[in-house]
Amino acid sequence: MPLEFSAQSKLQIERLRSRYPTNQAALLPVLHLAQDEFGSLPDEALDLVAKTLELPAAHVFGVVTFYTMFHREPHGANELMVCTNVSCMLRGGYDILHHIEKTLGVKAGETTADGAFSLVEEECLAACANAPMMICGNEYFLDLTPDKVDRALDELRKRYDERKRVAAPAGRKT
Amino acid sequence: MGWQDAKGTKIVTRNFGVANSHKLAVYTSGGGWEGFKKAITAAPPALLDEVKKSNLRGRGGAGFSTGMKWSFIPKEAKRVYLVCNADESEPGTCKDRELLAYDPHMLIEGMTIASYTVGCKHAYIYIRGEMMREAKIVQAAIDEAYEAGWLGREHATANGPFKLDITLHRGAGAYICGEETALLNSLEGQRGWPRLKPPFPAVKGLFKEATIVNNVETLMNVPDIVLKGGDWFAKLGTAKSGGTRIVCVSGHVKKPGVYELPMGIPFRDLIYDVCGGIVGDRPLKGLIPGGSSMPPLDASEIDVPIEFDALMTDPRIKDVEAKPGVPFDLGGGRRLKTMAGSGGVVVFDDSTDVVALCARIMRFYAHESCGQCTPCREGTGWLARVCTRLAAGDGRPGDVDLLAHVAVGIAGNTICALGEAAAWPMLGFLTKFRGDFEQRLRKVA
Repeated sequence: MPLEFSAQSKLQIERLRSRYPTNQAALLPVLHLAQDEFGSLPDEALDLVAKTLELPAAHVFGVVTFYTMFHREPHGANELMVCTNVSCMLRGGYDILHHIEKTLGVKAGETTADGAFSLVEEECLAACANAPMMICGNEYFLDLTPDKVDRALDELRKRYDERKRVAAPAGRKT
Repeated sequence: MGWQDAKGTKIVTRNFGVANSHKLAVYTSGGGWEGFKKAITAAPPALLDEVKKSNLRGRGGAGFSTGMKWSFIPKEAKRVYLVCNADESEPGTCKDRELLAYDPHMLIEGMTIASYTVGCKHAYIYIRGEMMREAKIVQAAIDEAYEAGWLGREHATANGPFKLDITLHRGAGAYICGEETALLNSLEGQRGWPRLKPPFPAVKGLFKEATIVNNVETLMNVPDIVLKGGDWFAKLGTAKSGGTRIVCVSGHVKKPGVYELPMGIPFRDLIYDVCGGIVGDRPLKGLIPGGSSMPPLDASEIDVPIEFDALMTDPRIKDVEAKPGVPFDLGGGRRLKTMAGSGGVVVFDDSTDVVALCARIMRFYAHESCGQCTPCREGTGWLARVCTRLAAGDGRPGDVDLLAHVAVGIAGNTICALGEAAAWPMLGFLTKFRGDFEQRLRKVA
């Protein structure tokens, strides 16, 4: 089924286009918008973005596959980005990553079966003075220990369950 | 605590810890936008002179003179763009993220003054995609600045009417987009592939127009330079580097952090005074002086000052070698020591497995190579794989020489500096810690 942007997104796309002298320059912001709206960027989403910005679909595909934050497949509701680069590595970043792998039962790069968590081994996330660390959406989890990780996962899981409980009665389409 | 308190003039971090420092009202009540008010009473060439006089040098990594960069805009340029590089992703560097979160208005004012000086009417902030929280903070600050009329409204100036728009643009996960020409391609909606230079961005940059790309910290210094004068700023620093310096210290120190310090503080004082020494009071093994792209220093080299020129030339730093006894040639016989880079200082103690550390750095560059140039695309993969197998105890005879050989083959043979960013630390680790690499091999045999 062809996808469509919501009315709100269409408005936002018009605003975005007015900020650049070319349509193409709005591509990254529009892709972010599409991914937020559709959850990932399957072929249908790329076609929609290409049509909206009047760009070749091949160009859109080439751009999407270059950047690590664009996903062709759906990701978990909580994307855990765990840094293992030098500053974190020196302070136990890999121990944190392995602890999360064990707790969630997935490897880095995988998503839990219930779709609650995706685990990503990240490059430096610019919070080196608080290593080891991870981010999830807008939230930073700093100076991590396995205990702190457990508390963070519990809290994220609780919020995820709550969101699902609130969304369920409305009969959310999947 | 001597360095921080007694000698501590703070410019860009002065509002750290102030409640609601990210709000416009707090920023203006602390003297914000006074620099801009003063700036527009002067003609742009006078402001350019002031910035040149200040000896402000780029804080993104290369340390190039900011005034000089601005002066490269051709007189006949029809349209000029200013782009703020907020794509901080150099491993070990965590200053711009904090600056954006704590004081976005200082950046907006700095960009406005810079735009007035170089003749830009629409400026962009390219912020790293992963910085979702900071993007929200910066966008809110931009919205506030529009509402207050600093942006999007005409100001009467000594140079006629001046109006600036600023657009925040989020990246999407690619280290290479911190390289200025890759950043421009990314901003144009393309893959983040670096461009061949020349033409330099100042002549032909964003949308093929004259463009200045400056780092966050660099631009945030501009309001105070205008307000207090280029001479004041120059005097804060050393001979050819004006102002203060932010260092981000991480790794095995007792008090890691982001510190704004006098330019030229030695690493020894940074580690043992500012940061309280090494965790567990263990002996120091070495450090990375300015982000993972820079060759490391060993424990005998930490008395040099943290300053752009000193780190490239100080005789107390050993030359990086292509092989034992043969200095690596930067071209024309110039020797490589190290560089101040982005200010990310990563400290490691004597228990550190430097081969594993180096392997992690090489895996990073292999992952982040954009794939355009063969020496980098293939070479970084070789460095990562060989270094990783060596670290794992699976090394083969000749691996240490192979690493150096591949690194030398990458450096100088690529469009952008990512090639050097992998090759230099590789050769640096081999030069300073060769014994660690060879010992790993002997264990196998």
